[in-house]
Amino acid sequence: MSSIASTDHMFPIKVKNLSLEINKKILLNNLTCELTARGITVIMGPNGAGKSLFVRCLHGLSKPKNGTILYGKLPVGVATRGRQSMVFQSPKLLRRSVIENLRFVANLNKKNDQNLLELLKKTDLSLLKDQQVSTLSGGEKQRLSLARALVSNPEILFLDEATSSLDPRSVSIIENLMEEIKLKNVKIILITHDVNQAKRIADDIIFMNNGEIRETGLANDFFSNPQSQEARAFLKGDLII
Amino acid sequence: MVSLSSLTIACFIGIPLGTVLAIKRFYFRKTLLAVINSLMGLPPVLVGLIVYLYLSRSGPLGWLGILYSPTAMIIAQVILIAPIITALSNQIIEELHEDYRDLFLSLNAKPMQAVFAYIYDSRYSLLTVILAGFGRAISEVGAVIIVGGNIDHLTRVMTTAIALETSKGNLTLALGLGIILLIISLCISLLVMWIKSFSKRYSHV
Repeated sequence: MSSIASTDHMFPIKVKNLSLEINKKILLNNLTCELTARGITVIMGPNGAGKSLFVRCLHGLSKPKNGTILYGKLPVGVATRGRQSMVFQSPKLLRRSVIENLRFVANLNKKNDQNLLELLKKTDLSLLKDQQVSTLSGGEKQRLSLARALVSNPEILFLDEATSSLDPRSVSIIENLMEEIKLKNVKIILITHDVNQAKRIADDIIFMNNGEIRETGLANDFFSNPQSQEARAFLKGDLII
Repeated sequence: MVSLSSLTIACFIGIPLGTVLAIKRFYFRKTLLAVINSLMGLPPVLVGLIVYLYLSRSGPLGWLGILYSPTAMIIAQVILIAPIITALSNQIIEELHEDYRDLFLSLNAKPMQAVFAYIYDSRYSLLTVILAGFGRAISEVGAVIIVGGNIDHLTRVMTTAIALETSKGNLTLALGLGIILLIISLCISLLVMWIKSFSKRYSHV
């Protein structure tokens, strides 16, 4: 994996008055925030808070009803998506072998195959290179999803609960890789319910509830002194629905 | 040869059309799918009659002079098989599209790249569709007898030969040909079953 050349034009990410409703139900309500170029931003909140929809809007997979998202001066679209990658909550893999999944993205991005084996090694999938994805475990599939997301050398990496329901070894591999790519100036935006994981890796936090951003800030500040009642309840383990 | 030719043409029409209908959203898409689905049960005799009317001397395409030729039989069979291949491949690709839609959007895959990926990744399932189309082609008699004319050494195929021998009272020969046709059909069914089990083992995430 080569390092990223420049992140100048994609940052800061400015979200302004973002709203989304489906079937007249408001799912995202007037979200406004700004994300900086560096580090890992963790989006937290209870189920149904709108975290995944927010990330889908950021990546351009869902279209908001109102509001704007700007990457530097670029609006969300093909150009911004081409410089990002996403790992979905349930692994979305081609019905092919492990290496063919990576090769597909390499071909789309006109990259050569040299880095693919290195990525497989980093995700501990080298021995499964020629295996069909149907034979992989959940953890292996998710690690492959991450490896594939890194083939295109993204400037921004979205992970939508990529480590939920994985065994500790797979979580550890993914977290270590996140730390590694963070050092290469890749911005990581991660959704997680795991408070301990957020404490381990987050640089800043966006806390959401009921389709609204309730709190943003540095991770240390958020965990030591959450400002909103909802965030305090969430961290204590009291579910908010 | 007639069945294989019509199958090849029907595949070139049906598989890409079924794929596009599965992944593109546009007005009248559902209406078009409903029409294609209903065409799956098109009566062969009716198809034969319509093709006959078009290709007969006084018909709009009569100048082509292809009535009672293998070409006319191929046209009739394509009209019969293409809707089957389109509708069945549409169902298969639509299922795959549920898995791949967000991924291809996220990867900025171009429409043609996506279409090729859909077809490639569902190739085993599509093979069963092709074989189903072939089964329909070789067992069809109504349309080919009308537009082909059942001419010996030119447009006579196994099914039309069975029809002819039965009408002549030569039941032994008709039965023998029927058994051969049955064996071919059975072989195709076995091949379909084998491919299905193979695809289950190797192509599903």
